[in-house]
Amino acid sequence: MKKIDPAFKIKGFATKQSVRLSEKTLAKTEKAGNYLTDLADVVLFLGKVFRETFSRDFEFKEFLRQCFQIGYKSLPLISITGAIMGIVLTIQSRPVLVNFGAVTLLPGMVAISLIREMGPVITGLICAGKIGSGMGAELGSMKVTEQIDAMEVSSTNPIRFLVVTRILAATLMIPLLILYADALGIFGSWAGANLKGDVSFVLFFSQAFSHVTFMDLFPAVIKSFFFGAVIGTVGCYQGYNAGRGTESVGKAANSAVVLASLLVIIVDVVAVQITDMLRS
Amino acid sequence: MNKLQAETLSGVATKKKSKEPVVEITNLRKGFGQQEVLKNISLQLFTGENLVVLGKSGSGKSVLIKCVVGLLNPEGGKVEVLGQNVSTLTRETLGELRKKIGFLFQSGALYDSMTVKQNLEFPLKRIKKDLTEKEREEKITEVLENVGLADAMYKMPSQLSGGMRKRISLARTIVVDPMIMLYDEPTTGLDPITSDEISSLINEVQGKYKTSSIIITHDIKCAQNTANRMVMLHEGEVYMEGKLADYEHSTDPFIQAFFK
Repeated sequence: MKKIDPAFKIKGFATKQSVRLSEKTLAKTEKAGNYLTDLADVVLFLGKVFRETFSRDFEFKEFLRQCFQIGYKSLPLISITGAIMGIVLTIQSRPVLVNFGAVTLLPGMVAISLIREMGPVITGLICAGKIGSGMGAELGSMKVTEQIDAMEVSSTNPIRFLVVTRILAATLMIPLLILYADALGIFGSWAGANLKGDVSFVLFFSQAFSHVTFMDLFPAVIKSFFFGAVIGTVGCYQGYNAGRGTESVGKAANSAVVLASLLVIIVDVVAVQITDMLRS
Repeated sequence: MNKLQAETLSGVATKKKSKEPVVEITNLRKGFGQQEVLKNISLQLFTGENLVVLGKSGSGKSVLIKCVVGLLNPEGGKVEVLGQNVSTLTRETLGELRKKIGFLFQSGALYDSMTVKQNLEFPLKRIKKDLTEKEREEKITEVLENVGLADAMYKMPSQLSGGMRKRISLARTIVVDPMIMLYDEPTTGLDPITSDEISSLINEVQGKYKTSSIIITHDIKCAQNTANRMVMLHEGEVYMEGKLADYEHSTDPFIQAFFK
């Protein structure tokens, strides 16, 4: 049997280890490179969207159509969830407030929690699901069936026609949907309160709004605009950059919902911190 | 014989094909990642001719015409359309150039959310901005009649068959009177009768609108019906260039396998 020099063995082991390490390093570098490429794509996309938003030929008719699709067609879902939010919140918190003898604070508490947090976040998440996935799937299938290419060769800028109109419509309509959900939530709360007692509509609403201040409503409305912009942008980005196969349509819709929901929550955390700083 | 067919025949008969290229491709190279799809393609499309580009699936035929219209950027070489180098144009200039090019997509690419009429109005409103609503309406009716689908004006794309979608897609392309037509697999997925009808339509469009066309196909019958000249692509390169008769009489096994 051939005797192997121990020094050679060590050298061989060291070489193998260094090869493994360099492979790992390469894989990590490649991964980091992919992240950077993705980030560059996002920045480029946002740059194009920003440029086209302020271009001369704004597609106003398509913008109105998108407002109708995003706003009006979401009303049934938002109405039901808004009203249920109010009813559930009232039914859950009423017994606790009764124990403390503070049941008169119920309308104010519900109104504040709905306007400040629950209304925007829950409606935002529902919109991320409905509107974000819709945009991702629609633009994704347009990409797969070459409709976006067809638009481009018809001398129409698809970013201007498809993306800008959708993002602006989402930015405008989602805050309105959130305010609508808030109003229905308070109405649902009055209905919930009447399940266990008898409160007049006028008394309930005057009690509710006597506790709500400008600093409850204003930051909530501002963050709603950001929710709309985030949902629109993520939905459009995922759809517009979908792959070429039909599988990518599903992926685009799915990642639009996941990313938009995550970003809604992150924007909310940031908005709450800023509002808290402004209040104190 | 309908009016369009008569015009077609007279158009073909009186056509004096000038030798001025409207599309000139020189040493074109294009790849995706490690895969080189087009290696060194050079060809010309002359005024008023139908140039058929033949080749196996995956030989880069569609990539070629996407480079012509600027949907893909070449990695090397030059694509000149109407004397303009496509890859060096600004977005605005490219947009202006594209107004003179019609592109029939393999899938038809009709806008799902719009009716047939809206599909035709879409490019018309953007390219022929000076037309009045009445003129637009007349133009749409005229092209729909030309493709034999005047009654489909208010239908949604989902209500149309594959052949009808191709016809409407062709109508949407010719409604803006393009100078150059690019057909990407116009007969793929259609039955032989509808394929023949689409081939006839391609010839009618050439006759009536005096277009110069590149027809990408692997359908020999479509090639035989429409070609004035043919180019065969193989492994990313031009394998053969000539008239239909040259191909039919070729002894090359690859060409024979195609024309069998």
